[in-house]
Amino acid sequence: MEDIAILGVGMHPWGKWGRNFVEYGTVAAKKALDDAQIEWNEVGFISGAITVRCGYPGYVAGSTMARALGFNGTQVASSYAACASGATALSVARGQILSGACNVALVVGADTTPDGFLAPNDGIRTDDTDWLRFHMVGATNPVYFGLHARRRMELYGATQEDFALVKVKNSKHAVFNENARFNKEYALEDVYSSPVVSDPLRLLEICTTSDGGAALVVSSLDYAKSLGVSDPVRVSAIALNTPTYPDPLIDLPYLATDSSATTLPSETGFKESIGKHVYEEAGVGPEDIDVAEVYDLASSMELDWYEQLGFCKAGEAENLLRDGSTSIGGRIPVNPSGGLGAFGEAVPAQAIAQVCELNWQLSNRAGKRQVEGARIGITANQGLFGHGSSVLLRR
Amino acid sequence: MAATFNIRSFLKDRKQTTVVKDMKIEVPAVEGFFTIEEEAHLIGGRFKRSGSYCFPKDLGGSDPNFPEDEVEEVLLSRFGKIWSYTNSAYPPPPPFIAAEPYEPIVIAAVELVKEKMVILGQVVNGYAVEDLSVGMTVEVAVGTLYEDSERRYLTWMWKPLSEE
Repeated sequence: MEDIAILGVGMHPWGKWGRNFVEYGTVAAKKALDDAQIEWNEVGFISGAITVRCGYPGYVAGSTMARALGFNGTQVASSYAACASGATALSVARGQILSGACNVALVVGADTTPDGFLAPNDGIRTDDTDWLRFHMVGATNPVYFGLHARRRMELYGATQEDFALVKVKNSKHAVFNENARFNKEYALEDVYSSPVVSDPLRLLEICTTSDGGAALVVSSLDYAKSLGVSDPVRVSAIALNTPTYPDPLIDLPYLATDSSATTLPSETGFKESIGKHVYEEAGVGPEDIDVAEVYDLASSMELDWYEQLGFCKAGEAENLLRDGSTSIGGRIPVNPSGGLGAFGEAVPAQAIAQVCELNWQLSNRAGKRQVEGARIGITANQGLFGHGSSVLLRR
Repeated sequence: MAATFNIRSFLKDRKQTTVVKDMKIEVPAVEGFFTIEEEAHLIGGRFKRSGSYCFPKDLGGSDPNFPEDEVEEVLLSRFGKIWSYTNSAYPPPPPFIAAEPYEPIVIAAVELVKEKMVILGQVVNGYAVEDLSVGMTVEVAVGTLYEDSERRYLTWMWKPLSEE
């Protein structure tokens, strides 16, 4: 598939602002349009990432944002894939561009989140596995993170110090990110003194929920060239993977895994398949990656991603972290933005924010958190109910 | 976060398996997931053609190589081995109904050997994460999820075997 160009990116800072999500999305969209030097009326397609926590306007996020920017008859779609919604919205925009349906598309996601645990919407749904896991077991999202963290300790000898060091590393990156919610540099002692949420994970190692908005202006390479943009950051590949049956790893929001009694699981695990897809589509390999933004819903999950994206072999992630490879200045910096630990999650905006960060990194505009000479970057993200996403960017 | 879950309206008109114990009526919090007996079982599904299993019975993923498969109800193995475990130090939000005062619930992911699948469940009262280990053998039990003045609402739980 052909590449598309990123003409501009924009974000509304993450925080707990308590205002209408439309405001965050509009701010981000206007920044992205300014960054691209594109007028809203030039946009042929607006691709919204849905929020399910802000009522009907959130379900039709694309048209809600279009109306806020001024209805002008542009084409619209809205996408939902839980945490992967933003990547899905970008993929929809790419399809419109590459099919020739539009020259320029605006991708936007924003959210206003409640405090505390994310939970199912009100109502009684005994046939909804997301409802059942809360009601019958009390399995919150951090419970699943804790299960996998404990498993990592069992399989590879990971320690709570390893998990805490992920938080420490990412907090150092976030000091230089004005869009991050938390700019404080944390020490190991800070992590250790935060309360356990789901053993072995502590409060500072689990991403909170945040308000925020992020937007991208994307176009065909030809249209970018016609604007005088000859060397844009390009989207080279997008993955929107589902798992393959049987998936042997317990995952949100299920009460059980598939059974492997009669069919062996694929040699490539679900999360591994996400990176594999973009590597193949872009014709590159893990060794070519200069920078990565991965979904660290919990600090331990960042370590999993090192292996799942092929930066190292299974069981070696702790070494990669401890030798500084994944810090800015190392071989393969991961989460130079500070990651979800520093942002908290604004669900429909988060996958878009990952692309914003890589765009800044690859265009050498990341300021004090710049990864020197970064040319190829990868995002990784997973939305519950089997949405794996990744975006590969290059310059 | 407002707790809007209403037990009374939830249970109204529902098909219920009832047991009377210690003057309280015991009912599954939701019907169809487990049997209430001394040696409790999880109620799962078995795909007639592929031979694979799922839990819960009607909410399992299916093998794409058997597109016309049908699920029949089966009782799953009573014993399994802990694949991993954790707890919830804070009370989960509704629709979980947290006891007051809240005692951290312990949760295990347990692998059933025959069915080759991992199933989540709370660990029975009296165990902390420090008492558990990966590979430990557990059996299916039934425990109280929440209760009111007349009824105990039950769910399935994992109970470590006493020898270990």
